[in-house]
Amino acid sequence: MSMQQQVLPLNGLAGAQPLAYRADHLLIAEMVERGSRVLDVGCGDGDLLQLLESRGIDGRGIELSREGVNRCVGKGLAVVQGDADTDLVNYPDDAFDYVILSQTLQATRQPRAVLENLLRIGRRAIVTFPNFGFWRLRLQLLIGGHMPRTENLPFTWYDTPNIHFCTIKDFVQLCDEIHVKMERAVALDSYARPLRFNMPWWFWNMFGEQGVFLLSRAGKGR
Amino acid sequence: MTGLTSKSKAAKSKAVPSRRTIQPEERSHEVDHPSSQLAMFGADQPLRLDCGVDLAPFQIAYQTYGELNADKSNAILVCHALTGDQHVANPHPVTGKPGWWETLVGPGRPLDPARYFIICSNVIGGCMGSTGPASINPATGKAFGLDFPIITVPDMVRAQAMLIDRLGIDTLFAVVGGSMGGMQVLQWTAAYPQRVFAALAIACATRHSAQNIAFHELGRQAVMADPDWDHGRYAEKGIHPHRGLAVARMAAHITYLSDAALHRKFGRRMQDRELPTFSFDADFQVESYLRYQGSSFVERFDANSYLYLTRAMDYFDIAADHNGVLAKAFTGIKTRFCVVSFTSDWLFPTSESRALVHALNASNARVSFAEIETDKGHDAFLLDVPEFFEIASAFLDSAGHARGLTARGE
Repeated sequence: MSMQQQVLPLNGLAGAQPLAYRADHLLIAEMVERGSRVLDVGCGDGDLLQLLESRGIDGRGIELSREGVNRCVGKGLAVVQGDADTDLVNYPDDAFDYVILSQTLQATRQPRAVLENLLRIGRRAIVTFPNFGFWRLRLQLLIGGHMPRTENLPFTWYDTPNIHFCTIKDFVQLCDEIHVKMERAVALDSYARPLRFNMPWWFWNMFGEQGVFLLSRAGKGR
Repeated sequence: MTGLTSKSKAAKSKAVPSRRTIQPEERSHEVDHPSSQLAMFGADQPLRLDCGVDLAPFQIAYQTYGELNADKSNAILVCHALTGDQHVANPHPVTGKPGWWETLVGPGRPLDPARYFIICSNVIGGCMGSTGPASINPATGKAFGLDFPIITVPDMVRAQAMLIDRLGIDTLFAVVGGSMGGMQVLQWTAAYPQRVFAALAIACATRHSAQNIAFHELGRQAVMADPDWDHGRYAEKGIHPHRGLAVARMAAHITYLSDAALHRKFGRRMQDRELPTFSFDADFQVESYLRYQGSSFVERFDANSYLYLTRAMDYFDIAADHNGVLAKAFTGIKTRFCVVSFTSDWLFPTSESRALVHALNASNARVSFAEIETDKGHDAFLLDVPEFFEIASAFLDSAGHARGLTARGE
């Protein structure tokens, strides 16, 4: 199973979408400038990379599962079998214009180190993750008294690859802590539709099912 | 019988399958008169060797499979490993055994002659028809022996490039190889990046490790310790250092396998006996197997060639040729790479492939990499490992698509 499918299957969404591409993928692709170089960390079957390459973007991927790598290679994509936690350190500084981490942050052992690496390797990073502050998850814990499970996060607490859940609020705090600049932030609802732009953070943290962030290094370029 | 079995009583083993006896003349005949196509290069076209010698005249023996298409865009060069040869997908002219990579090359295989024009040449320094230490030195009328200049992997590739020129091919669709063959693939991309569209490098490294050099030195010392080696002049006396070469092969063969594979195949099982004989006979199946590997190898391989080719691998270090920075070897390269390693390979471990991939990434090259899970050790690349064929096919098919080659069967 690919990393993406394992962590956050959006199969339910796929049916709702008339397009072949996932809504969150389209949103990411829209954030990436044409002609740039992109590394997709945890690229799964390569659907996002394919979308990006179809838009004239030079893409590379890292994927944990050999099956995922095989499918990517079959699509003509350049994908390396590897692990976000251990392999990002081997990439040189400024190797990419964008590094994408899609629905994978919560499955890494050291999310902070991974995030720092993303912005060392790439001038910009695009990070998407499931928001653990989403009201349905809060409600399950509050009323049900058990670890939340949803269609998109179907795993039991004892058998989940997701070991570092965070809320949108938590993520924003981490970005501040490591001096990462948020260039753009979008919260998506259960149908992967963006929430209204002018809502306050607490609203996003309550009603966004996933967060999508375009990040860059704060300060003087580096 | 030749080899160990004629010299050593202890080596007589019932485990050895019955086979045709191969006469030494059969091997030596292939050196100068191979059962292959030959490309001859005269004094006007010397091979400029890294050691400073111009080798001329020289010859390259090669096999081809399939047809070169009209725009010459479907040629694949297969590079053989240390003890391989050009007979990649046809019966071996000396041993009669099937081609050494028929798992990968052949109808319906990832390298299908119906689609590609596949070339495999014997490396320079080899003993199956390309000029090497067993060839006749035109200056003396005798075998070169140790008068043959030291060759390197870049020399092998330079000779192959001359062959490709001779065949009228500008750009190879792909260069494919494992182990020493993989080293040649990498050397091709470093030396002639514009001539390689796709590179499939399997179970290899950009340099030979200290441990691997150590194993090679063990093998060479075994050959040279055999009195029949006679300082490399054995051919003049009509003898061959069978025992030394067989020991070298036995030691090397262990490095091609893995603890798990040896355990699975042989365990501690006895060979046609229930109890130990309390002697140095081959009581264990694994001993009998190794002795067979040693004795069958010497029937088809020249001892001096083994010295020269192991030395070529020892000297291989792409980074050293680029001021110690591996990534510089691949700067600006357009070639598509696919790198494959095997989990139980301790001769060319995954860490070596990862170092290569990191360098390719740093050079902005288009590289894919997969580590295949298997307990078969380094030899896995020659064996039936479906996961490996899957990625090889996927890579070549998608590269073929990018190159505008028609799909199989079209």
